[in-house]
Amino acid sequence: MERLAWLVPALTLAAWALILLVGRRLPGKGAPFGILAVGAGWLLSLGILGRVIGGAAPYHLRGDWAPFSTDLRIPIGITVDGLAAVLLVVVTTVSLLVQIYSVGYMRGDERYVLFFANLSLFTSGMLIVVLADNLLFLLVGWEIMGVCSYFLIGHWWEDPANARAAIKAFLVTRVGDIGFLFGIFVFFWAAKSFEIERIIAGVESGAIGSTTVTLGAVLLFCGAIGKSGQFPLHVWLPDAMAGPTPVSALIHAATMVAAGVFLVARMFPVFEASATAMNEIAVIASITMLIAALLALVQDDIKRVLAYSTVSQLAYMMAGLGVGGYESGVFHLFTHAFFKAGLFLAAGCVIHAVGSNSMSRMGGLAKVMPWTFWSFTVGALALAGIFPLAGFWSKDEILTEAWNLGFGTPAEHVATSQGVAQIVFVTGMFTAFLTAFYVARMLWLTFGSAYRGDRHPHEPDGFMLLPVVLLAVGAALAGLLGSPLMGETNFGSWIATPQLPARGAVVINWGLAATATAVALVGMALGWRLYRKGLPEREYLTRLPLLYTTLEHKFYLDDLYERGIVRGVVGGLAPATYWFDQRVIDGVVNGIALGTRQLARGLRYVQTGQAQWYAAALFVGVVGLAVVVTQVIGR
Amino acid sequence: MPLLYPLVFAAFLFSAGVYGVLARRNAVMVLMSIELMLNAVNVNLVAFSAYLQDKLLAGQVFALFVVAVAAAEVGIGLAIVLLIYRNRETVNIDEVDLLRW
Amino acid sequence: MDWFDDSALTWAVFVPLAGAVVLALLPAAADRMARVAGVVVTFLALLAGIGMLARFDLHAGRAMQFEVNRPWIETIGTRYHLGVDGIALPLLVLSLLLCFLCSLYSLRFLPEGGSAKAFLALMLVLEAGMNGTFVALDLILFFVFWELVLIPMFFLIAIWGGRQRRYAAIKFLLYTLIGSVVMLLGFLALWYRSAPDPAGRTFDLLALQQVGTGRFGGTFGVLVFAAVGLGFAVKVPVWPFHTWLPDAHTEAPTVGSVLLAGVLLKMGTYGFVRIALPVLPDAARWWAPTIGVLGAIAIIYGSLCCLAQQDLKRLIAFSSVGHMGFVMLGIATLTPVGINAAVFAMVAHGVITGMLFFLVGSVHERYHTREIAEIGGGMATTLPHLAGILTLASIASLGLPGLAGFWGEVLALLAAWNPAAGLPVPLFRTLAVAGGIGTLLTAGYLLWMLKRVNLGEVPERWSGWQFGQGDVMPVEHAAWTPLVLLIVVLGVAPGILLGATNPAVTGWFTDLFT
Repeated sequence: MERLAWLVPALTLAAWALILLVGRRLPGKGAPFGILAVGAGWLLSLGILGRVIGGAAPYHLRGDWAPFSTDLRIPIGITVDGLAAVLLVVVTTVSLLVQIYSVGYMRGDERYVLFFANLSLFTSGMLIVVLADNLLFLLVGWEIMGVCSYFLIGHWWEDPANARAAIKAFLVTRVGDIGFLFGIFVFFWAAKSFEIERIIAGVESGAIGSTTVTLGAVLLFCGAIGKSGQFPLHVWLPDAMAGPTPVSALIHAATMVAAGVFLVARMFPVFEASATAMNEIAVIASITMLIAALLALVQDDIKRVLAYSTVSQLAYMMAGLGVGGYESGVFHLFTHAFFKAGLFLAAGCVIHAVGSNSMSRMGGLAKVMPWTFWSFTVGALALAGIFPLAGFWSKDEILTEAWNLGFGTPAEHVATSQGVAQIVFVTGMFTAFLTAFYVARMLWLTFGSAYRGDRHPHEPDGFMLLPVVLLAVGAALAGLLGSPLMGETNFGSWIATPQLPARGAVVINWGLAATATAVALVGMALGWRLYRKGLPEREYLTRLPLLYTTLEHKFYLDDLYERGIVRGVVGGLAPATYWFDQRVIDGVVNGIALGTRQLARGLRYVQTGQAQWYAAALFVGVVGLAVVVTQVIGR
Repeated sequence: MPLLYPLVFAAFLFSAGVYGVLARRNAVMVLMSIELMLNAVNVNLVAFSAYLQDKLLAGQVFALFVVAVAAAEVGIGLAIVLLIYRNRETVNIDEVDLLRW
Repeated sequence: MDWFDDSALTWAVFVPLAGAVVLALLPAAADRMARVAGVVVTFLALLAGIGMLARFDLHAGRAMQFEVNRPWIETIGTRYHLGVDGIALPLLVLSLLLCFLCSLYSLRFLPEGGSAKAFLALMLVLEAGMNGTFVALDLILFFVFWELVLIPMFFLIAIWGGRQRRYAAIKFLLYTLIGSVVMLLGFLALWYRSAPDPAGRTFDLLALQQVGTGRFGGTFGVLVFAAVGLGFAVKVPVWPFHTWLPDAHTEAPTVGSVLLAGVLLKMGTYGFVRIALPVLPDAARWWAPTIGVLGAIAIIYGSLCCLAQQDLKRLIAFSSVGHMGFVMLGIATLTPVGINAAVFAMVAHGVITGMLFFLVGSVHERYHTREIAEIGGGMATTLPHLAGILTLASIASLGLPGLAGFWGEVLALLAAWNPAAGLPVPLFRTLAVAGGIGTLLTAGYLLWMLKRVNLGEVPERWSGWQFGQGDVMPVEHAAWTPLVLLIVVLGVAPGILLGATNPAVTGWFTDLFT
């Protein structure tokens, strides 16, 4: 089964090429081919996961892509291990459901064919990232996703705002990618190979010095910061909501943003070898989860609330990894995929029905859209971490890791410092409270109280409803895979590697779990208390004007980038350089030409036209030459 | 006769020619001055030929060539002067500056 | 097949020249015939290239293949010596292919200004010069071909160019001529030093490379490298000798710009790889940091200038400055990695930027303007195929993995992270980081350009406009499809090109700089 793993991305790539080239003439405008391809990939992935759970050894398929020096090669290859298998299932599941959903959501769109082609390519990019066994190949998939996000976010390009959001997404992630690229370089020259396995082996054996490891790990993490929307490069994610909702679901649940977390998980032994890198990850994650949760409090656009919640949840995963919890980070990635995809798709149903993203135009939809409502609620409660839904288990694991490291006794040696773990735990708890609060706010604003819009909302068709319901089921049950119910062979054992052995059965710290749940419940209760009657005249937070304006301006980060950097370069530096080019450098060139001409203009007055002058000059010259020849050379 | 006499004579002749070419305004006078210079060379050629006792008399032969060329040159030169006079009503060399910048 | 091996290079160089003579003899009125003849001649030349690709021995290392070596001017020891290895062959084939595609494109699109036969005859002379430059192994022969390129390009710009054509053409001619005069002096200096005895002196490249540092070392080498390098640097163009380029590219007719960007610029970088580095390795090491710094400046500076452009064609022209900066950075590392990267980036840039100039020409054909602000967006709605191909070429140009532009740039940066022994590592790492920032700026200006041309609503002024022949025409498809395929194939399977360049590059340079 693992031998066929290469087929998974190959199928979606083939679907992409087919749809792009002849999609217009295919039945169903090519959409069925995309769905079939990813469906087949999904079945394969399930089979592969089954084999991995059954204890199959990691499988490698390797070849040379191109030589580029005497002994250096660009390798190409895939690795199928537990981590890859789990992610394969997540990616194909979400992508399959999103594509089915899109048949309904995008019906009648003028660029329907292009949309499905891009979905397939997007999925392929993520699958390449998941399977890649070397960093350069991983980068290929990584960047394919970047460009697909550009196409998909800018899908409705007639609106300049969408086009701008698309460029923003590409460029902001590209900032991180440059760091990533140089991280690859550092490890390549240290290990003389792009292969992840060799790099990890080099780090473990100490062949790669600790300074190099730290430098490389920090640089690699830059890529993850960009792709996974961590502070300070998270600014593109909320704007990416400009794309069609299925795309948002795909970006936020399974592809693109998950890639950053996946990268850290894939290279985890490398990060673990550097205390600096681990502390950096944990601190950045703490900052991100907090500011993103705060920002989610003041959004009116339902998709933006979800977007900020994604940023915040990604930070949870990073925090889990940052405090040494490889299992917990990946597990949260896994559960998050289900409930976030479900939330986005359900939100898409609502948007489709209401014709607006704005929660101030929603309300009271629970009665007219019961299926959507219940699915959304399951997802929302999972996001808030309510027992026994998916989010509870994974979030709890992360908090436990942070607690054990910060205040208790960690199970093993972790590079992260204790103080950092304490920060992670405190912000994690507080973020859990904020999350529950904004989830409650979103729930009641959307579904509670009375309808405030002017369209007549109704349940969507089966294409859209089926994925939503299925994902709600996933959101309810996925967490159980990491619960004590599973015993020894739980989620953690699936993704274990020789470097990162399984920890055995999950042990719940009941006191911690109870506290976290209580915190979440308090948050939800507060949300219900404040928003059950719909939007207030003035948002409650406006009573804290300083905080509110800061949140309104998204901590002024966008302003800083937009006004400071982008305008500085486009409006200041670029014209200045061009001016310098045209006036100074080209000025010198033209100046030399002009100078030559001016010199000639001056010299031409020697040509008086008086033949006798010429003759006189001739005689003087002859006499001079004669003197030189006889007196100087002749001697 | 010592070689010096014809050489000094030729030098004076040549200098007179140079002076004429550089200082005279009249184009005909300039042409005549050129003839003076050519003849100064002829004197030198003949003098050296005699002095070196050249079997082939190369110097004298060259002098004949120079005379012939000088004749041709004067022919063309005078023709040009005539044409200039026809066009410009003058043979004053200062006023003929077609080659000016 | 010996006859083929012996004559293939001569064929590739002289068939276009003969074709130019034939075209010149055609009656001026035979417009159609001239255009068809152009396609036929360039195709015949391309056949030689395809044949060489088929018969090329990938494992020959630095050995020259399809070699021809006959006496030419024996008194000064210059010979008719042609040959290709894995470095030259891709560039030769690129030149043959682009010329063929240009003549295909000319079947339908020819600029106003003169007769078709004159245009195509000049283009064929240009092709002969370019092909000759890539295969000449004798400095005088190289110089003759190098200079042969100037004259037809001068006339192509001066007769068929845009509004400022005279200025641009004269600037191009004088600037490159100054460079090549200095270069010629350098060649002569090499000849004088090549042997103590005049009879033993040679212009032969392979022989000069054997002379080694004993005679070419020290100050002499440094000065001669500067002289020869200046000639190449003007052609590349290396910052700050680049200002002829935007003017020439902008004013040249479409086909001229394609060949200028696609092939002519590579002559400069090829000169570094073929002549300057192997013959003067010590001097190369002395100059490498400077070249690297200039390359990195060009990357950032070119991108910044692109951000300030209003004219689509000028924007693409400036992008060449940046991209050639990557090539120079790769060369400056003096490692096989960097030089492989440079050769790859040369070919990729030729394909991608050639494509972009074709596209700009076609956009101008339809909109009758190249001002980005006047086009004002919406091309993705009005001309979706043209917009799609423009998008592809642009994202290839910004170095997206999986497309041709990626490998050259990424390997150049990789090489800069770890340059050859003896070069200042911190400096080169700084340059690599600057290059990385450059890729970001590159992505910025290309995406911004795409947004302003392709995306958005169709502006008021174009409603009801006929857009000439409408979306992409068959002849354009014919001329572009090979380039699009190359962009994708080189990106997906870089081994095709690196497999050819790597043996030659490692053969030439591994021992030279370690």
